[in-house]
Amino acid sequence: MRIQADLSTLRQTKWHDYAVRFLFGGLITALAGFIAKKFGPGIGGLFLAFPAIFPASATLIEKHEKEKKKSLGLKGVARGRNAASIDAAGSAMGSIGLFVFALVVWQFMPRDRAWIVLGGATVLWLGVSVAVWQIRKAL
Amino acid sequence: MSQSLVRFIVGGAIVSVFAIIGDVLKPKSFAGLFGAAPSVALATLALTIVSDGSSYAAMEGRSMMAGAIAFFIYASLVSRIMMRYKFRAILVTLCSVPVWLGVAAGLYYLAWVRS
Repeated sequence: MRIQADLSTLRQTKWHDYAVRFLFGGLITALAGFIAKKFGPGIGGLFLAFPAIFPASATLIEKHEKEKKKSLGLKGVARGRNAASIDAAGSAMGSIGLFVFALVVWQFMPRDRAWIVLGGATVLWLGVSVAVWQIRKAL
Repeated sequence: MSQSLVRFIVGGAIVSVFAIIGDVLKPKSFAGLFGAAPSVALATLALTIVSDGSSYAAMEGRSMMAGAIAFFIYASLVSRIMMRYKFRAILVTLCSVPVWLGVAAGLYYLAWVRS
């Protein structure tokens, strides 16, 4: 299957779905900062890889798939669950890229320009994640 | 307080951008990559660099590696449970969060506290 962008899914998403993810993302970021201040960067750093919006996103995917099947007169419960499961498998692959992001930040941040390191680490996260996804697809 | 508010707004915005990118992409396994985007990390590290310096941010990056391994185990577990059993996504994803916490804390202890 080819990689595509389907903008119609944005119309399916309600404003409160966006609000929930903004809220969770904001809260976890604020919490990570608070934990780092209180307990130090070691413990605070763990929360930079916290699955902040994962539950909200998985639930949203499950709901969208169910709604699609309902419009065809089907229940769509199993389809929704499968879609959320496949999305989670994708996130597991993305977490390998997340590990590389963290490794680059740790190794290069103290001696190189911070903004270049952050940008480079993000590009590497995407590159590694896509490569892992392609390898998994080819197997 | 104002710093927490800035973190909340910047974090919420970056997380939302990655979430929207994930929403529009197909197939779902590819879109799922964006569920593990470094959104919280980008927001936090950018603000940490400004307030505490890049060496402090590098120390956060070091333990973030343990968090990323915990994320891999968490997401793999959620995927497997949802494929095998008939539980709802919200239940599985939330009830599995202690697994992330346990693995992240365990790795942190083994790699940094004990050594």
